[in-house]
Amino acid sequence: MEDITLRVARYRPEQESKPTFDEYEVPLREDWAVLDGLNYVKDQLDGTLSYRWSCRMGICGSCGMTVNGEPVLTCAAFLTDFAPGPVRIEPLRNFPVVRDLVIEMTDFMHKLGRVKPWIIEDPQAPPEGEHGEYLQTPEEMEEYHQYSMCINCMLCYSACPVYGLDQSFVGPAAIALAQRYNLDSRDDGNRQRLTVLSEPDGVWGCTFVGECTKACPKGVDPAGAIQRYKVTAATEAAKSLLLPRAAGA
Amino acid sequence: MSTSPDPGFQVRLYRQPVPRFWWARRRSYLLFILRELSSLAVGWFIANLLVLVYAVGQGDSAYQRFLDYSANPFVIAVNLVALAFVVLHAVTFFQAVPQTTVVRLRGRRVPAGLLAAPIFGGWLVVSAFLIWLVVLA
Repeated sequence: MEDITLRVARYRPEQESKPTFDEYEVPLREDWAVLDGLNYVKDQLDGTLSYRWSCRMGICGSCGMTVNGEPVLTCAAFLTDFAPGPVRIEPLRNFPVVRDLVIEMTDFMHKLGRVKPWIIEDPQAPPEGEHGEYLQTPEEMEEYHQYSMCINCMLCYSACPVYGLDQSFVGPAAIALAQRYNLDSRDDGNRQRLTVLSEPDGVWGCTFVGECTKACPKGVDPAGAIQRYKVTAATEAAKSLLLPRAAGA
Repeated sequence: MSTSPDPGFQVRLYRQPVPRFWWARRRSYLLFILRELSSLAVGWFIANLLVLVYAVGQGDSAYQRFLDYSANPFVIAVNLVALAFVVLHAVTFFQAVPQTTVVRLRGRRVPAGLLAAPIFGGWLVVSAFLIWLVVLA
């Protein structure tokens, strides 16, 4: 069987101050994704290689890496698409590297929490259904459904040059997820999220490069979510300027 | 054997540097930077228009001076470059409209093409009218 070369970024902080590349020959099987190639390296060639993965089916969001310069889920990128190789595999860009292909994601987790990505109930409007549930029409679900597909894989942060240059930017996925709840008819948290989203590091940090949307493996369109929220934030700012009393209501 | 981490152990993170010419490494990044730069061209044309209006207000000789200045080959070259940037500005701006604006008709989202087509069409009509007014009429 034919082989393909993987050029894999290695960073072993105990022995080197910046990443180097190691090359491995792996079988070029038609049904193998880049992740299968890495698993072959780990199992057969070099057990010291570190990387994250879990589900192998594009839903856990763990195996995002930079392959030939592009941020991709390695479980969804087939080796044959990179033939004859070599395939350059690096950690996701714009994040600090812990080891080899493993990035440090605390910053993203912190930002995700700040936008409160959960349903915030309105205490004045309790659930209306017969069994105390919130009712929602298919049209109401359609409003936010696209944004709910986010799997927190951080490919959009890796593709975003704004985040690369200024880490204080809240970033594409967190804003898209804030919109996922803002547009949900059961949610009443818009005002709480507004303070985070409308600050300079919120939606206004985005210069609409649009690469987040191209990188997204789930079709979420964070760039669209951010531009739409700019309209909301600007409307709210105008309202609070013109009608200071009504704005807080 | 203790399983607790060595108290002296610290993770030494590697911070990936952003290259100075990061925008030259990808076509889409380069297009983005050119689009951002195009705002300078928009500013240039606005300043030009204001100077023209001022010259017209000042009378014949000032207007003639403006025409002479505009006929300078260097100014023509600058204006041509600025025109190219303004076209890029307009096209990318109009292309962004369907992504940033959600229009619903009878509960369905209007497709991107249908939203952008009238904008490009309107742009063409206005441009054709201006060419007729300024050049042909």
